[in-house]
Amino acid sequence: MAKVSKKKASKKKTRSGGAEQSNERHPDVMYDDEKEEDATDEDVTVEDEDGYDERKRQKLLEAIGTLSGKRKKTLGERSEAAVHMSEFTVNAEGEGDKVDLSDLIGSMKTTPGLSGKSKKRLKNLEQSRKTIECPLSKQESERIRRDLAFQKVSKEVSHWKSVIRQNERAEQLVFPLNQEHSGPKPIERVVMDWKAQTPLEQEVFTLLSANKQPINDPILTPTEEASMKAMSLEEAKVRRAELQKARALQSYYEAKARRQKKIKSKKYHKVLNKAKSKDFHKQFDEMVKRDPAAALEELNKMETARMQERMSLKHQNSSKWARSKAIMAKYDEGARKAIQQQLEVNKDLTQKLVTSLNKEEEETMEEEGNADVVPDFVNDAEQGLDFSNPWMTGKLSQDCVEKETSNAVTIRAEEDVAEEEEVEETEEEVLLREFDSRRKRRQAQEADAAVMLMEEEEEEEEENKDASDKEEEELSEFTSLFKGIAEGCGEADTAAELEKELKLRCQDDEELLTQDKEAEEEEEATDEGPVVPQHPPATENTHKTGKSRKRRKGIELKQVLTKGAQLLQVPFAPTIEDAEDSEETLDQRGLIKEAFAGDDIISDFLKEKRKQEDAGKPKAVDLTLPGWGEWGGGGLQPSCRKRRKFRRKMAPPTPRKDQHLPGVVISEKRSSSIRLHQVNALPFPFESPSVFENTIRSALGRTWNTERTVKKVTKPKVVTKLGAIIEPMTREELVKDRNGASAGSSSSVKRKP
Amino acid sequence: MKVKVIARNPDDYVRETKLDIQRVPRNYDPSLHPFEVSREYTRALNATKLERVFAKPFVASLDGHRDGVNCMAKHAKSLSTLLSGSCDGEVKVWNLSKHECVRTLQAHEGFVRGMVVRYCGTSFFTVGDDKTIKQWKMESPGYGEEEEPINTILGKTVYTGLDHHQNDPVFATCGQQVDIWDEQRSSPIRSFTWGVDSFSSVHFNPVETELLASCASDRSIVLYDMRESTPLKKVIMAMRSNTLSWNPMEAYYFTCANEDYNLYTYDMRYLAKPIMVHMDHVSAVLDVDYAPTGKEFVSASFDKTIRIFAKDGGHSREVYHTKRMQHVICIKWSADNKYILSGSDEMNIRLWKANAAEKLGVLAPREREAANYSQKLKEKFQHHPQIRRIARHRHLPKTIYHQTKELRVMKEARRRKERNVRKHSKPGSVPVVSEKEKHVVTVVK
Repeated sequence: MAKVSKKKASKKKTRSGGAEQSNERHPDVMYDDEKEEDATDEDVTVEDEDGYDERKRQKLLEAIGTLSGKRKKTLGERSEAAVHMSEFTVNAEGEGDKVDLSDLIGSMKTTPGLSGKSKKRLKNLEQSRKTIECPLSKQESERIRRDLAFQKVSKEVSHWKSVIRQNERAEQLVFPLNQEHSGPKPIERVVMDWKAQTPLEQEVFTLLSANKQPINDPILTPTEEASMKAMSLEEAKVRRAELQKARALQSYYEAKARRQKKIKSKKYHKVLNKAKSKDFHKQFDEMVKRDPAAALEELNKMETARMQERMSLKHQNSSKWARSKAIMAKYDEGARKAIQQQLEVNKDLTQKLVTSLNKEEEETMEEEGNADVVPDFVNDAEQGLDFSNPWMTGKLSQDCVEKETSNAVTIRAEEDVAEEEEVEETEEEVLLREFDSRRKRRQAQEADAAVMLMEEEEEEEEENKDASDKEEEELSEFTSLFKGIAEGCGEADTAAELEKELKLRCQDDEELLTQDKEAEEEEEATDEGPVVPQHPPATENTHKTGKSRKRRKGIELKQVLTKGAQLLQVPFAPTIEDAEDSEETLDQRGLIKEAFAGDDIISDFLKEKRKQEDAGKPKAVDLTLPGWGEWGGGGLQPSCRKRRKFRRKMAPPTPRKDQHLPGVVISEKRSSSIRLHQVNALPFPFESPSVFENTIRSALGRTWNTERTVKKVTKPKVVTKLGAIIEPMTREELVKDRNGASAGSSSSVKRKP
Repeated sequence: MKVKVIARNPDDYVRETKLDIQRVPRNYDPSLHPFEVSREYTRALNATKLERVFAKPFVASLDGHRDGVNCMAKHAKSLSTLLSGSCDGEVKVWNLSKHECVRTLQAHEGFVRGMVVRYCGTSFFTVGDDKTIKQWKMESPGYGEEEEPINTILGKTVYTGLDHHQNDPVFATCGQQVDIWDEQRSSPIRSFTWGVDSFSSVHFNPVETELLASCASDRSIVLYDMRESTPLKKVIMAMRSNTLSWNPMEAYYFTCANEDYNLYTYDMRYLAKPIMVHMDHVSAVLDVDYAPTGKEFVSASFDKTIRIFAKDGGHSREVYHTKRMQHVICIKWSADNKYILSGSDEMNIRLWKANAAEKLGVLAPREREAANYSQKLKEKFQHHPQIRRIARHRHLPKTIYHQTKELRVMKEARRRKERNVRKHSKPGSVPVVSEKEKHVVTVVK
């Protein structure tokens, strides 16, 4: 007892010494006090035992007294000295006087059993004059207790926070949570309570145990385990494999280098160099993106190389060697190839490196390069396609033109060709003529239009001209090229019937076009107000020549190809693959021609596009009020001046998206049928429209993704096992999570099988 | 003459065994497969429509009770066993896979108020209106033996609810007070009272197994810790909660089913405001049970419907009803996350699929992949109006449909009135109270 009290006292001391007491400790303090009180209470009860009989007797007496009927208040009198004094018989002599602590503990000095500590404490108590606060009410104390308990519990529960959050974020949750690993298990784990029973087994086991071999779980001996700790087998294997691979790669590389060095073939090295340069270009492209400064340096280097090349004219076809080869080329295929290669080298070297910013320049540059030397499509194999028909080429405009030119060149170069080719040639001639005639008609028609427009208001005229200009330009691309080639060709083979037939077709087209145009114009005119009378053809003619000259100037071949083509008289390898093939294709060509007879898709398309563009343009608003400021009445028109004055021109629309895309029509109108299916507000979890659009744009299906990606993307969020009971989460998960957190993010990996 | 022939190497396209997947050489160049968004959109639309076509959630109805089903209990170890107690004191044990009753016993006089299966699955407890707690063996008695409880405890008052500890031989009852019982003793080891005289339900937390929560008739929800001598905290709401259910995967969340047609999900640490109010029912919600995955819960209502809510969804994702189903009194979500069981007034227990359009049984790998893909597509395009419209469309009984509309009008009117009051009073004197805060009266420490 004394020891305990000592301890408590010392505890108390430390507590009073440390000013900053945490709240958690507080209940402990209270608890200690309670215990002490309990202890003292016990003492009292022990003392009371002695006075028990006395009390009983007194009670009995009182009971007897009440029996007599009248309740008499009797104060107990002390008449005689007694050893046992009952507390209940103490009379109220000193009533009104306060009982001091000194009165109560007066006997302390005499009692020998009390320790010095408690005496001291009692003395201290005696000296302090403060009254003790009365204890809290039951409700209050309960409330405090509840509050403390709740805090404790909520703190405990909060440990789950990380687990819950992790599960919420997990890509996939597999239930039941702690499934046993399915697969083969070591037999020792399955048969746990197996024991050696037969003498043989026992003998074996004694041997094993004597040699420190594992018995129950015979996976590893202690020494093996120790070595495992040093480095696991798998790790070691992986490392060794890595080293092996590295060594092997090195040796391969060395062997390869040696072999390459030995090769004497010039061609081989040329090819190698080419490949290298190609590689270099690729790297350069990347470098442009990553490291612009270094890229610039490289660019400078290339530029100097190019300059040198251009100055030296090393790979031109004007050198002595080249000339000799050109002579030889007629008879020797090797020489031909050599020249081609050289020209290619020249082309490569002199080609200006173009950044992606100015694509148009790039194109022109290429053209220049091509103009300088023989274009490389010259030697493309003849595919036997009909180039007048864009369905056959798969491309819209320019490509087919290029193909045509190439054909023309080949034809020109080859003097001795088979009859089949003759047919082809004439056909091309016809096509050329067709385009040419169409061009002429177009010019004439345009002149017409121009004359008509002259009479219209200025702005309108300009608008129309622009539009027709555009169309004209697009069409004239073909014609100009054709014309140039035809002129260069200088051949005048004519196939009269075919020509006629095609001409008829063209005329039809033209008529259609002009009709359309006229119709449009009429419409416009009617919209605007009074119909402007048609002008006599005489004026038309006067304008015609000048206009057409102007146009022609715009589409001259020399302007398209700024540099004169340097013609090289080198016979080319025969590019037609097979005679029979061409015959077959011819048949097919005829068929398709028949099927698409009278079908000029390109011009149709352009017309349509133009129509759409016109429809999108805001129209000028006529605000003239007839009769204001001048005479009005039936048959009178407001004056021209007035009409011009009150004509309000609308602001030009924003440029169309397909402005620079000749083969595309992009409609920017909002379609009501699609609107039904469109999301009209940003859905909840998304914060910006771009994020949402991105999620929609990325496709999930097998058509667009590889098998593995599809599996990964379409993984369900929750996976349950069929017929398995899913138990609630257990505390082990929490422990696991904690361990995982301490070890690294391993638990998250576990969660995703 | 040169003849060009397409030559193929069979190694490139023939699989080695028939167990391998077919080799489909494919060019994933996006320019070859244009319009991916619109094509996927069409697929999503079709998937949504098909989901609606295949949504047939009702599996079976188990009949045999002679009074309304008042309580149900899942077996702890067997998926195919269900116990149900009815209002005439009868308890039935069902075999769900065979759709038949395997055992019937007269457990109590009057209602069977609560029922729970011990964690080991060998016995179960029932409480009834006859002021007794009875423990029964799970297996039926042998031939000639009498149907007798293992243990009977006579109480002083009626017990209204019962729940068993997750993995200790301890159970809790509620009635006039919440009692914690040791299975071995005939008197409670602990009793909690807090100024209320009747509790309607008590539930152990399945994760933090020492915690309990109970719903009391003074519209409060009280939290307890089995180890403490006093309750922890209580929250008083605007209307009474009938029952509650703890989330089996997230220790501190529970959801209570309230008389005011709503369900409230609370974080037990912060009772001042529920973290989510789940609305949609049009009458008092009588029971709620969480899915074992903890992602969703199902609620049964007096309005004769069952609704499934996501744990963080304000509105239900699904509603089940049939013409014959009356007030649904008790509901359970099966332990394999596949089925829902509802017991209703008209003496039937109904078995529903938890996912209405899900195919039951084992899926072939390709089937599963297709299902996963269409599921993802539906998720991806769920915000598109046409798809949302189809996915959300449900047929409702006329009364419920009209009641929903009526409630909406009432709510709107209240809102408008409040807005008007706010507009015509001193700024700041009529504060804006969020829906979540509106239903909590006070938190008592």
